[in-house]
Amino acid sequence: MTPGQPSIVVIGVGNEYRSDDGAGIAVARQLRMLFPIGVTILEESGEGGTLIEAWKGATWVMLVDAVRSGATPGTIRRLDARVAPVPIGFFHYSTHAFSVAEAVELARSLDQLPAHLILYGIEGENFSAGVELSSAVEQAVDAVVERAAVEVRAAILPKADS
Amino acid sequence: MKSRTIKVDYLARVEGEGALSVKIKGQQVTDVKLRIFEPPRFFEAFLRGRKFNEAPDITARICGICPIAYQMSACHAIEDACGVKITGPIRDLRRLIYCGEWIESHALHIYLLHAPDFLGYEDAIRMAKDHPVEVKRGLRLKKAGNEIVRLLGGREIHPINVRVGGFYKVPDKKEFSPLGEELKWARDAALETVHWVATFAFPEFDRDYEFVALRHPDEYPFNEGRIVSNKEMDIAVREYDQNFVEDHVSHSNALQSRIKERNSYFVGPQARYNLNFDKLSPMAQEAARSAGLGPVCRNPFQSIIVRSVEMLYACDEALRIIDQYEMPNTPAVSVEPRVSTGYGCTEAPRGICYHRYRLDDRGIILDAKIVPPTSQNLKTIEGDLWQFVQAHLVIQKDKLQWQCEQAVRNYDPCISCATHFLKLHIEAE
Repeated sequence: MTPGQPSIVVIGVGNEYRSDDGAGIAVARQLRMLFPIGVTILEESGEGGTLIEAWKGATWVMLVDAVRSGATPGTIRRLDARVAPVPIGFFHYSTHAFSVAEAVELARSLDQLPAHLILYGIEGENFSAGVELSSAVEQAVDAVVERAAVEVRAAILPKADS
Repeated sequence: MKSRTIKVDYLARVEGEGALSVKIKGQQVTDVKLRIFEPPRFFEAFLRGRKFNEAPDITARICGICPIAYQMSACHAIEDACGVKITGPIRDLRRLIYCGEWIESHALHIYLLHAPDFLGYEDAIRMAKDHPVEVKRGLRLKKAGNEIVRLLGGREIHPINVRVGGFYKVPDKKEFSPLGEELKWARDAALETVHWVATFAFPEFDRDYEFVALRHPDEYPFNEGRIVSNKEMDIAVREYDQNFVEDHVSHSNALQSRIKERNSYFVGPQARYNLNFDKLSPMAQEAARSAGLGPVCRNPFQSIIVRSVEMLYACDEALRIIDQYEMPNTPAVSVEPRVSTGYGCTEAPRGICYHRYRLDDRGIILDAKIVPPTSQNLKTIEGDLWQFVQAHLVIQKDKLQWQCEQAVRNYDPCISCATHFLKLHIEAE
């Protein structure tokens, strides 16, 4: 770590003009209100190369994105990227073919994964053009914010104690 | 008669989602369809009723890969409506930020999306295991482009510092120093890229294309120029609608563009290169020659070389601009609305991106039209597939499918722009 580089990074991925694809962005914005300092909170389109850059140098990373896996809308999935590979196509509805799953796996191939990388996926329902989240996704966003906030707090605290 | 279908329900490594199907009866290709599912034109509707100076920021959201292209075309069109022309250092900074976008977009496509086709890997993840040096070079090149966009745009995704009339703030000269050092590395790396991709094997392919790009008397085109072709088109940007038409085709939600008098046309790096080779920097011209290219390259499979040459040019041009930069007195010129229609066309990484806005006296947008580069190439991509599949019916189906996908990727289609999402598929029955 060089000074000035963020060690705790939360990345909301998605496109807020694509209805439920904006779920990750919505989570990032709520977390930013809860954690005005101590955490770097980014909003990204999900383009993989940029994601690898975004978490470079960070030790603790959480990424939130919309998912379309066929599950019930609003379903929340939590994956620990260090434990198992991310299924390619899982974060299928990010705008780009070289996206979240590919970025994680490419970083793994190049030995550039952060020490801690948690991915939250929120099953979306409607990915057409628009700026509203569907109600199931909106509730899931609130639930992810709550769960993520607990994890982020735990990541910050040991630093605050030291 | 034996018939078969090649269908790709999910075409990987193109931006967004779309589907491709090719039908073959006996020894004849009978149908090629590039399907796009998403309803387009959301943004055009979204722009109506908005203020003229909101257009750059709203249209930047169309694509996470090429927001600058949308911002630049929007700014130029609005300034055209308002009778303003940007010159001097602000104009140079616009070229510079565009260099950044070309570098990042081209690096992504060359290294992570297209090279695996040529080297026989399913994707960049698998390629990275055997070619980590190249993949890391691609990522660092992409980052160099991102850094330009970040410095001038405020951030690299959906940049916020671009405005009608110029920028909200501009850097002073010394802020460019670290960037300049990285760009010197990037220029060398781009030259290595040209040499690297020139070693790939390319299928033989040629068609009677009409290449369309901007052409400017003094420079390789980014922001300004006339729209020209190798078939004697030479028009002002404001004559676009009289010369090009968009058709709604039943199999696709994206509109397909064609030239009114003729038919399909080809935009993007290869069109720019073929129509502007003489405007490339000496270093870029020399690199192209050393890679075996002449001033015209017609084989779309070699677009990866052309894209690499353009990436080298963008690094070279960025360094030139930084070197001669003097901070302007004001970051933007004042732009006052008036009742008018304005036209803008700039060279996105994937080709010309056309915008038209009609404003009222308060600067409210009454009507907007946006034509992204990919929708202009769709007919040409379909045409390539007709000819390519017909000529290669004897090869094994999985190999043919692979090469069909590769043929689509020759155009780096940004389907998220064309439809604001696309899904491309090839499948066999």
